[in-house]
Amino acid sequence: MAGLLDIQDLSVTYRTGGEDLAAVRGVTLSIASGESVGVAGESGCGKSTLASTVLRLQPKNAVVTGQVLVGGNDVLTMRWGHLRAVRWSDASVVFQGALHSLNPVQRVGDQIAEPIRLHDAYASKAQAQSRVGELLEQVGLTAARARSYPHQLSGGQRQRVMIAMALACRPALVVADEPTTALDVMVQAQVLKVLTDLVGELGLGLMLISHDLSVLATTCDRVVVMYAGRIIEEASASTVFAHPRHPYSAALAAAFPRVGDPAARFAPAGLAGDPPDPRRLPTGCCFHPRCPIAIEACRTVDPPLESVSVGHPVACIRAGEPQPAIPVRAAV
Amino acid sequence: MSTVQLSARQVVWRRRRSSAARTWREFRRHRTGLVGLCVLVVFALVAIFAPLLANPDGLEVTKATALPFTAPSSSYWLGTDESGRSVLTLLIYGSRVSLFVGLMSTLISMVLGTLIGIASGHFGGVVGTLLFRLTEWFLVIPFLPLALVLATLLGPSLLTITFVIGVTSWPGTALLIRSQTLSIESRPYMERARVLGAGNWHQMSRHVLPNVMPMVFANTTLTVAIAILAETTLSFLGLGDPSRVSWGTMLDSAFSNGAMTLGAWWFLFPPGICVVVVVLSFTMAGQALEEIFNPRLRDR
Amino acid sequence: MGGGLLSGRDVEVTFRGRGGRPDAKGVDGVDIDIAAGEIVALVGESGCGKTTLARTLLGLERPSAGEVRYDDHPLRYSTRAMRGYRRQVQLILQDPTGALNPRQSVYESVAEGLRIHHVVDRSRKSGQQVNESDLVARALSRAGLRPPERFFLSYPHELSGGQRQRVVIAGALALEPDVLIADEPVSSLDASIRGEILALLLKLRDELGLSVLVVTHDLGLAWNIADRIAVMYLGRIVEIGSTEEVLGAPRHPYTRALLSVVPEIDQIEPVVLRGETPDPSRIPSGCRFHPRCPALLDGTAADRGIAEECVSRPLQVLPATGAHRAACWLVD
Repeated sequence: MAGLLDIQDLSVTYRTGGEDLAAVRGVTLSIASGESVGVAGESGCGKSTLASTVLRLQPKNAVVTGQVLVGGNDVLTMRWGHLRAVRWSDASVVFQGALHSLNPVQRVGDQIAEPIRLHDAYASKAQAQSRVGELLEQVGLTAARARSYPHQLSGGQRQRVMIAMALACRPALVVADEPTTALDVMVQAQVLKVLTDLVGELGLGLMLISHDLSVLATTCDRVVVMYAGRIIEEASASTVFAHPRHPYSAALAAAFPRVGDPAARFAPAGLAGDPPDPRRLPTGCCFHPRCPIAIEACRTVDPPLESVSVGHPVACIRAGEPQPAIPVRAAV
Repeated sequence: MSTVQLSARQVVWRRRRSSAARTWREFRRHRTGLVGLCVLVVFALVAIFAPLLANPDGLEVTKATALPFTAPSSSYWLGTDESGRSVLTLLIYGSRVSLFVGLMSTLISMVLGTLIGIASGHFGGVVGTLLFRLTEWFLVIPFLPLALVLATLLGPSLLTITFVIGVTSWPGTALLIRSQTLSIESRPYMERARVLGAGNWHQMSRHVLPNVMPMVFANTTLTVAIAILAETTLSFLGLGDPSRVSWGTMLDSAFSNGAMTLGAWWFLFPPGICVVVVVLSFTMAGQALEEIFNPRLRDR
Repeated sequence: MGGGLLSGRDVEVTFRGRGGRPDAKGVDGVDIDIAAGEIVALVGESGCGKTTLARTLLGLERPSAGEVRYDDHPLRYSTRAMRGYRRQVQLILQDPTGALNPRQSVYESVAEGLRIHHVVDRSRKSGQQVNESDLVARALSRAGLRPPERFFLSYPHELSGGQRQRVVIAGALALEPDVLIADEPVSSLDASIRGEILALLLKLRDELGLSVLVVTHDLGLAWNIADRIAVMYLGRIVEIGSTEEVLGAPRHPYTRALLSVVPEIDQIEPVVLRGETPDPSRIPSGCRFHPRCPALLDGTAADRGIAEECVSRPLQVLPATGAHRAACWLVD
């Protein structure tokens, strides 16, 4: 099934002075054209590492196994020249903390034009400028903004500039890593609207990474939940949000409550403990120390990702049981 | 419960020791820094044990028995000066003055520079601006003319030289510390300290100073190098204490007694080489320290 | 009169414009009350003045007009008076990582407040036998770090984000304040950890009778823990009331727009406001929200015959207590 992006059994391990850090452990994921897939997870779950492998941007001390096929070609093994061509024109990435990735002493128009000039040596200055204007309008800014410096733009506007930059070379796939995390709810809505409109108009494939499951639920078609380097649940966006079958997904869903839900009134939901240190993963199911419904077997058995119902794989040995509401009321 | 308090302090010391050990381990990895440090240790030992290494009588002109400007031989390893004194003895005793003046003036400079730097960075408004202007004012005072004026007023002596060097080098330190202080002041934990009710003294001593210390430390080693060079210059110009020998006065004597035309290289080169070697060693050690304390430099 | 424990009356905070630029009104007339044992959420987007208002209530900023009252006495800004005030109202900052001095152990960070105010010496003089480490242990326990001794000698970089935030809270609790002001207390924490910090704030209210003013842009957070909510826009409170009333039946168009864009599965049509929040140095005439108000833009206001007033007639400052109120000409 050659989709736009095909990640096959990807594992990324960082070698750091003696200790091995397994950031990603056997992830399989695919995205087709015009499809938007959300990757939900918190710090340390491997989502940013996953995003960086799409363009082979992982650090030098990372050992990678598996395949990352972009448009049918394996990014991890292609020759350097081919990789440079693929970068930005087949797939592009909007990184976490993108607000701070803009060069403060260059006008934003020049920064957006940079990938255009890099990929098309014959593009004239005028052609690049008109393309920049086009891109800015696509993300909801005026073409005149190209002459602004980053500090003259607000947070939301800078994020839109980053998206415009990602679209500069007309990629088929865009990976956005926490694009709205530092933004207010209204600006977040504006940015998400830009992304969904672009997916609709241009037929892009979109991988949206966030720890806010409600954002993913409203913007994406499918959602994949990651924990400690593995995918632990995958289903359509509404299913993961409304009927999660893994206790971690339930906790993530409950963390951002629906305003007006009486069950959430004076009942903040969360989990005890912290996301696991990738260097010292628990035995058995890596979630068991924090799991509200863990049983004895969870300490020894690492559950594989298996479908409980059609197209809804879950990595939990209790997923098949009839589902009472998973308790996620935070205890102090 | 008091046992917990005691061990809290104990463990703080243990942590300080282990972080010092870690710094030492990192320092060991810098070959240039290590070389610099070894050379400095050698010179320090020579200065401290000078009386054991060379007879103090060798400094007395009246007791000199050799002929002036004799070339190096088995009895006088570095030959003799214009009065027949052993150049090696002069060199060994000269190290004392050079190193001492260098260190003393650096101390003045660092203490003054750190205090004023932190204060001008921490206090805003009139006080901060005043201190900053004061720093700028002292920054532009020219080194040599001040030295000449003071030497005329106070008479040439080691104190004069120390004073001059201290007064003209503290602004550089102060500016550096001030900018570091400004960046620390903007950190959230400073605001937290203020919200908890901390006064200015608490903020500066408990939060700013510990975070500024590494930079002060690295800057000190570099300042010593400059101070020693400055002392040499001033002594060479005759502004130092004529009764004490230092590397600078040796160069002055060599120059004024025509050592070059006489071909007495053994009198001319050693003090100059010593100054260069010491300054270079301080610089190498200082750079190594700076790399350790400033992680951004490390990655280059 | 009849104010709460901590209150502001007609508070205005003006920032002088530099270099010829006009003055900016960070806070432009606010009445606010926080009663004992109450959790109030101050909600708004960045630039609305909520942080400025919070800092003014803390005494870190002096109001250019109006006054702040604590326990019915106006705040005095002398050094001594401020010192005393610090023992009654404390702040929890947004970023727990930056809020702790990396060179200080947890014990030292928590004991800092005690040392500044010489709490141990003063208690001993008044005859009580107290020990600094007892007070530190008690504060850490109350903040949920148990057993507290285990954390005494840790340094911030050894702790997780949630633990660091608890240390910051313990530092504030050590002074036994009556009011906590929390500025975005969970926005930089992972989703699954939000719950426990919010639950901790509720617990402190229930067990210690603390009042909490939570400054946030997250309406879900307000729904989770706030008794009352005040919505700010461009320096004014535009809607105030109990959380159920304001979030359940919002009256102000801005509140309605904010609620509509909170991501949810079965969303009502989101009202994504256009443009950005205007500059506080150029506050619009009449109702300050009118340039972006959906009711004005889609003709609802015109139909009710008040479009003129929206543009020209300024609104009154809303009273701090009492019923659910909104500052809008559409609402009588």
